[in-house]
Amino acid sequence: MESSYLIETRDLVKTYSLGEHTIKALNKVNLQFAKGEFTGLVGPSGSGKTTLLNIIGSLDSPTSGSAVVMGRKVEDLSHNQAAALRNRHIGFIFQTFNLLPVYTVFENVEFPLLLLDYSSSERRKMTLAALDWVGLADRAQSKPAQLSGGQSQRVAIARAVVKKPAILLADEPTANLDAENSHHILRTMERLNRELETTFIFATHDEKVIGYLRRKITLFDGAVAGDERMQPRRPAGEGK
Amino acid sequence: MIIPKLAVRNLLGAGLRTWLNVVVLSLAFVLIIWTQGLYEGVYAQAERASVDIALGGGQYWQEKYDPLDILSLEDAHAVVPDSLRSMVDAAQAAPILVVQGTLYPKGRIHPVLIKGIDPNQKMLSLPSQFLKTGEDRFPALIGSRMAKSTGLAVGDTVTLRWRDAKGAFDARDVEIVQVIKTIVQGVDQGQIWIPLDRLRAWAGMEGEASLVVVARDAPGRPQVSGWVFRDLDFLLSDMRQLVQMKSAGATVFYVVLILLAMLAIFDSQVLSIFRRRKEMGTLMALGFTRGRVIRLFTMEGALHGVLAALVAALYGIPFLTWFARNGWAMPEGMDSYGLAIGEKIFPVYGAGLVAATTLLVLLVTTIVSYLPTRKIAGLKPTDALRGRMS
Repeated sequence: MESSYLIETRDLVKTYSLGEHTIKALNKVNLQFAKGEFTGLVGPSGSGKTTLLNIIGSLDSPTSGSAVVMGRKVEDLSHNQAAALRNRHIGFIFQTFNLLPVYTVFENVEFPLLLLDYSSSERRKMTLAALDWVGLADRAQSKPAQLSGGQSQRVAIARAVVKKPAILLADEPTANLDAENSHHILRTMERLNRELETTFIFATHDEKVIGYLRRKITLFDGAVAGDERMQPRRPAGEGK
Repeated sequence: MIIPKLAVRNLLGAGLRTWLNVVVLSLAFVLIIWTQGLYEGVYAQAERASVDIALGGGQYWQEKYDPLDILSLEDAHAVVPDSLRSMVDAAQAAPILVVQGTLYPKGRIHPVLIKGIDPNQKMLSLPSQFLKTGEDRFPALIGSRMAKSTGLAVGDTVTLRWRDAKGAFDARDVEIVQVIKTIVQGVDQGQIWIPLDRLRAWAGMEGEASLVVVARDAPGRPQVSGWVFRDLDFLLSDMRQLVQMKSAGATVFYVVLILLAMLAIFDSQVLSIFRRRKEMGTLMALGFTRGRVIRLFTMEGALHGVLAALVAALYGIPFLTWFARNGWAMPEGMDSYGLAIGEKIFPVYGAGLVAATTLLVLLVTTIVSYLPTRKIAGLKPTDALRGRMS
């Protein structure tokens, strides 16, 4: 069954065994995401946001149901096929940035391109362009330990977008940032979404993030409790 | 090519942790090669000294001669046959007569082997020229160990008793004209050397010998009736067995050193994996396959071995070369070790030893790096990202 969406989930169920107990993290989730969306998965802790994000990102597989990403069923992918899908089409932004500590900013951003066999000159050009997007070209030779939280997250964004993925998954990207840095990061992502037509999916319960969303999917106890299209509202003083 | 590039980058980026491992491993490298070189050196030195002073290029033994059976000596002598005599005349061989006797140093009884050797022979490095004295003196040489155990010194006179070919006992006072300093116990302990013609005359064994030592450059080893040729493989076999036995002890040391070094690498890898599991999760999220993660971390571990070999070469080559040139002074009393050990040991490092040690360390380093890394293969990316071990 072909899907016209970039991402589609059908009766998606994910359960975890915890000793004798079984926890249902996702319960018959049916969602569709089109190209260029700027969508947030919101809900309290344990509602299934990260689990859904992980399945869409092919880092995990469903217990039952189906998740079709870029026309490929996640549940049918081998480890190597899942790695290839992530490598080519999906970028990740993590709450704790997950930069590789021994590499410089440049090397961190360049890393996904190494896996895609770009030439050295192409890699350099694309890496500097990505750093330029996030305003950190001047910190290319710094180590992650020398960066602030906001700068680290911008490096993580540059690393996620440098290969121009179709999908960018961000798990609580602003949770470790102050308000000013959060808005800076969100504006950067919004701009990337607009300019590159990258599909952004956030897992968040941060009101600042929700203010930027064009679609908000509310999860509760692993099920979809709401799915609404939104008009992005900007906090006072946060212009274009 | 991406894996080696990243492995090198990670390794150098890890800084102090990498260099600590590398230094420990390089020490193991150098110590292994040094200790094995010492054993090789001791053996080479002992073999060379034994050949120079006693064994030559092999020996013809009178068919009843058995140096391990003292009772056989009474019958283990015969006239040197013509074929061997011509070699002796051409300075290609040196006859030695062995007779059982007793020495009476300072009133004590000391059983000895009396060995007669031609004072003019130059084939063996035994200083037989000291036995060239006037007819009025009865010169004798003993080794330093013999001098120590009997309390004799140069210039001392001591009574020597023997049994001649007809079974009659006879005795003379002999004068110690020289004490030989040699590492070869086979010409020293329990032995006294006197001129061959004197011993032949005293023992009534004119023209006879118990063995004939052949020069190393003597052409051919003819078959001689009543005499058996013993080549160096035979004559050195006891020493080689002893070296093998000692080498077994050295191998234990060798294995302990390797194990210590490998434990350091293994611990470091396990710690590294534990500490870096989130990094592994990130690598997987960025598109690394499990196989690539395993290869990367294994190569990082294995590169410790390569770096250690380079670092070991940096300080090990000057250190080992200096030792090989200047030797290692041995304390007194090393005779009890059982091998002919000189005042100094000069280690010998063969290309095989260096290559085998390097290969072994690299192989074992790779294996101990792979084993903990393999565990990652079962790690789910989501667990790794949360920093959990599944």
